[in-house]
Amino acid sequence: MSEVLKLSPLDQEHRELGGRMVPFAGWEMPVMYSSIIEEHQYVRDSCGVFDISHMGQVFVEGEGAAAWLNKMLTNDVADLTVGNAHYTFMLNEKGGVIDDLILYRLGETDFLLVVNASCVEKDVAWLGEHLADGVTLRDESSEWAGLAIQGAQAPEVFSAITDGRTLPTRNGVDDLQHEGRRIVICRTGYTGEDGFELFCPARDAAFWWNALLEEKVKPCGLGARDSLRLEMCYPLNGSDLTEERTPLEAGLGFFVSLKKGQFVGSEVLARQKEEGLGERLMAIKITERAAPPRPGYTVVDENGEPLGVLTSGGLSPTLGEGIALAYLPTDRAKVNTKVFIEVRGRKISARVAKKPFYQK
Amino acid sequence: MTAPADLHYTRDHEWVRLQGDIATIGITDHAQEELSDVVFVELPDLGDIDKGSPIAVVESVKAASDIYAPIAGEIIEVNTDLVVDPAKINTDPYDTGWIFKIRVSSPDQVNDLMDAASYTGMVS
Repeated sequence: MSEVLKLSPLDQEHRELGGRMVPFAGWEMPVMYSSIIEEHQYVRDSCGVFDISHMGQVFVEGEGAAAWLNKMLTNDVADLTVGNAHYTFMLNEKGGVIDDLILYRLGETDFLLVVNASCVEKDVAWLGEHLADGVTLRDESSEWAGLAIQGAQAPEVFSAITDGRTLPTRNGVDDLQHEGRRIVICRTGYTGEDGFELFCPARDAAFWWNALLEEKVKPCGLGARDSLRLEMCYPLNGSDLTEERTPLEAGLGFFVSLKKGQFVGSEVLARQKEEGLGERLMAIKITERAAPPRPGYTVVDENGEPLGVLTSGGLSPTLGEGIALAYLPTDRAKVNTKVFIEVRGRKISARVAKKPFYQK
Repeated sequence: MTAPADLHYTRDHEWVRLQGDIATIGITDHAQEELSDVVFVELPDLGDIDKGSPIAVVESVKAASDIYAPIAGEIIEVNTDLVVDPAKINTDPYDTGWIFKIRVSSPDQVNDLMDAASYTGMVS
């Protein structure tokens, strides 16, 4: 089946820089420019920029917006002050994750949901089905470009590209005009480093991209984005998070408020909390020199009995070791438990590790 | 991309250097560029192999790629330096980045392989 892939507004820039373009969530995006390991390390040491124009932007507005979003999402919108953002989940009735997203509060009754590229259509359909009176929903995904600027140098870089402005504090949001160009920024990211995500009208993408490159920010692809997030144990939607798994099983209960009242999926989560979890998403580290673990590999016990399947995996460029995530039965979900990964018929030694893999 | 003129090439991006009845095999400069950062090499076992069978695996950060026996014979040596330094495949694909050596059952098997000009034409 062939599908027409969407092109980023920065498509030409990626190709001129030698970006290796790959299909991702219906888009053609750079997986790397020359080396995933170099790009990864540059973000850990200095500052890199990722094109995240594939991500979706859904605006929710109206008098009832906050109350309605509180019924549609897991985190407590009442705790989110204007000019801030938080990580949250959209669940189905079974408590499974439809999407994980960042909710920006732009005003008292004015919100932006930054959602995964592969989920835009189903999110908008789901929200649309549940829409309340007095709330409007606007999918502007095709009109916005996005850049994630990540690394310790990000605050200086932001200042340099905006004539001396300063970044908001962690999770802070700014919706501003710079020389007639609107940008919406949030001090957040998916790498474990300081940094910010910047959204702008698609026509301005190249302007900001070039401004960043002039500040010696390194273009980085989806490959480094994946290895950076995996070192932090940040989940990847569609792999570590699915509609069959709840945020509690994924170990992300911090972003779920069961105290705020009912929301879609809350009964299932409350029951899970009371009865205990059958399986948990655990971090696994390879403990011998071996092939890097890959999603889909089987986790087995000492007798070769299957315990689970890797949902993420790869070589950690920072640690030089194989790292992975897998849902494991609760009795095995303890740090230092010895497990094995099957790689091409061979059993590779591993152990359950503390999250995150990477600490500064 | 380089492709030395004295080597033979396969469609699977391997090179073969034949010296007497000993063939040294590795992956091409083009292949290592495509893979980027090679982080692990699973070396073949010594012994007889058939042409075309998957016998080794080169893993980059992105993906695992099978290496096929380009000719039949007996594997007599593997490059154990790659165990500690798999990135040699990136930095020196035609020399210290070699992967294994085969004592070929018949040297004229290399006539089925491509020369440098054909290989360069195929990948460009």
